[in-house]
Amino acid sequence: MSSFSVTEPSKRSKWVAGTLVITYALITMIPLVWILLTGFKSPADAISYPPKVVFDPTLEGYVNLFTTRTRQTQEFLNANPPQNWADEIVRQYDMVIVGPSKFGERFMNSVIIGFGSTFLSIFLGTLAAYAFSRFKVPLKDDLLFFILSTRMMPPVAVAIPIFLMFRNLGLSDTHLGMILLYTGVNISLAVWLLKGFIDEIPREYEEAALIDGYTRFQAFYKVVLPQAATGIASTAIFCLIFAWNEYAFAVLLTSATAQTAPPFIPTIIGVGGLDWPAVAAGATIFLIPVMIFTILMRKHLLRGITFGAVRK
Amino acid sequence: MAQIVVKNVKKMFGDFTAVRESSFTIEDGEFFMLLGPSGCGKTTTLRMIAGLELPTSGEIFLDGEEISQRPPSERDIAFVFQMFALYPHMNVRKNISYPLISQGMPRAAVKAKVAEVAGILGIQDILDKPVGGLSGGDRQRVALGRAIVREPKAFMMDEPLGALDAEFREHMAEELRGLHDRMGATTVYVTHDQLEAMQMGDKIVVMNNAVIEQFGTPQEIYDKPATMFVADFIGSPSMNFLKFQGKVEPGSDMVRLNGHDETVPQSLEAAEGELVFGVRPEHVFLSDNSSYRAKVLAAEYLGTTQIVTLQSPNGELKARIDARDTVGPGETVGLEFRSAMVTLFDQSTGRALRSVLNDEVLSNG
Repeated sequence: MSSFSVTEPSKRSKWVAGTLVITYALITMIPLVWILLTGFKSPADAISYPPKVVFDPTLEGYVNLFTTRTRQTQEFLNANPPQNWADEIVRQYDMVIVGPSKFGERFMNSVIIGFGSTFLSIFLGTLAAYAFSRFKVPLKDDLLFFILSTRMMPPVAVAIPIFLMFRNLGLSDTHLGMILLYTGVNISLAVWLLKGFIDEIPREYEEAALIDGYTRFQAFYKVVLPQAATGIASTAIFCLIFAWNEYAFAVLLTSATAQTAPPFIPTIIGVGGLDWPAVAAGATIFLIPVMIFTILMRKHLLRGITFGAVRK
Repeated sequence: MAQIVVKNVKKMFGDFTAVRESSFTIEDGEFFMLLGPSGCGKTTTLRMIAGLELPTSGEIFLDGEEISQRPPSERDIAFVFQMFALYPHMNVRKNISYPLISQGMPRAAVKAKVAEVAGILGIQDILDKPVGGLSGGDRQRVALGRAIVREPKAFMMDEPLGALDAEFREHMAEELRGLHDRMGATTVYVTHDQLEAMQMGDKIVVMNNAVIEQFGTPQEIYDKPATMFVADFIGSPSMNFLKFQGKVEPGSDMVRLNGHDETVPQSLEAAEGELVFGVRPEHVFLSDNSSYRAKVLAAEYLGTTQIVTLQSPNGELKARIDARDTVGPGETVGLEFRSAMVTLFDQSTGRALRSVLNDEVLSNG
């Protein structure tokens, strides 16, 4: 074989492309790495200038994130020796841990609301998309346009009416309310994305299943759903990322019971001065679930399982 | 196995008529062809028998039972799709066993049945492969396997060879016909390829524009076409149509073609005006004795025969003659026709005129 090929990129172009991709990845990674590192810095290191890249790592930020602490007199501190390693860390500021912070609870709220609304959006979206794709729905085009039209302005534009509606319906500061709200915002995206994916699945598969003795619903979940997995996975990621990161509605509509992590994390700043390591620790932990979810879904994102079974 | 009776079945999609009131009977064990150009309603007819579409009106009987409004799962009919429609997320074995699993057959019985079917089709060695990497022929065999595994009352096939290469198609057609002969299963087969229909079918229904044009054995349809459409659609090259102004009466066996008397099968009805003299190319002979003259335009050599294109006073026509005869373009030759095989048509309706040749065929359909 000669070294020249039309389809194979040359060694040099591979090298250039690789360098570009890695450089771009590194640049986008910098803020994330910065947050990750700050989480392990002491408050002094976190605000030192020039910024420290090499520092003594400490779990102070994480301890502060998960606990509430009070300052105590020297006599009290001497009378009560530290209970554990976390206690020991806060003693250097003459403090003792008096209990857990709200972070765990807020984080769980985020999990419940984020995954709950994602599940609901996908569930309703898949059924609606299947119906739009396969059945004769009266006013189909108008309905689809109507669903899309809910996306034509930023959701926050209707924050005040929603706030009033929620207050009257008793949905303010409830998990259910937030799940319904995020589902409402995500459903249009879910229906449109999933309809596209389901449109691409040839009808013959369901017809084959119908002929093979299955009902329409069995054909849907045994034959259509597995093939729509790619679409469902990517739609779920989009829905989760929106619901997980949403800040404005969460600030407005939640407080004591259903507050999610995004509005909570900034409040840490006010508690004991500018506690950047605790904020960074909160942000780091906050990133993990979406990351895990995306990695889990990644194998479904790879196309190709449907390749070749039907000749187009 | 079963007899299928289609009675006055009609299908509308909104304002569009896909199939006009159609009736025909498929006898038990028959290999039945639905033939026609694309968009003629043949696939819709097939899908109505299978239950994938419900007829707007009319009845379909499977073994005497009316099934036209039942879901496909209650009909016990198998369907082979043109695009195979193998379940892409399952391997070959699972694809074939899927219909059995829906019936709740025990695992061991499923396994034995799949092995048996794989043996019939010669696909034992690919059972555990994913369907994605299979060749066209193997996919076709798997699709057939999925159809025959549950021993249905009848098979519906929607252009099953349409997606295969020409070379392989021939082979698969033989395999299919062989399989049918061994199993004796009633089979309804949709195709737009008239050669395929003639080659494989016991009976053929020719459809055009949502209407059944003719229904009969391949020989009947070839030799005794009921309409000009059938005469034109079947056969390659198709039937010659010589247009003339004339008149026939019941009992007469002569027409005047551009001043020449030509014998035709004795007519059983009267017609006058724009008529068509229909004759297959193999029933046209070159003869120096004939005073009906035509000019040779071209000759295509086909090995054993040749197709000669001629310009006659009544229009262009083709003759299939022995390859050893020598004719050259530009020559003028005399033509004779095998009078027993001539069909006259009414040009305005396209309908064949009844004669002693086609009376029996036309009266039953």
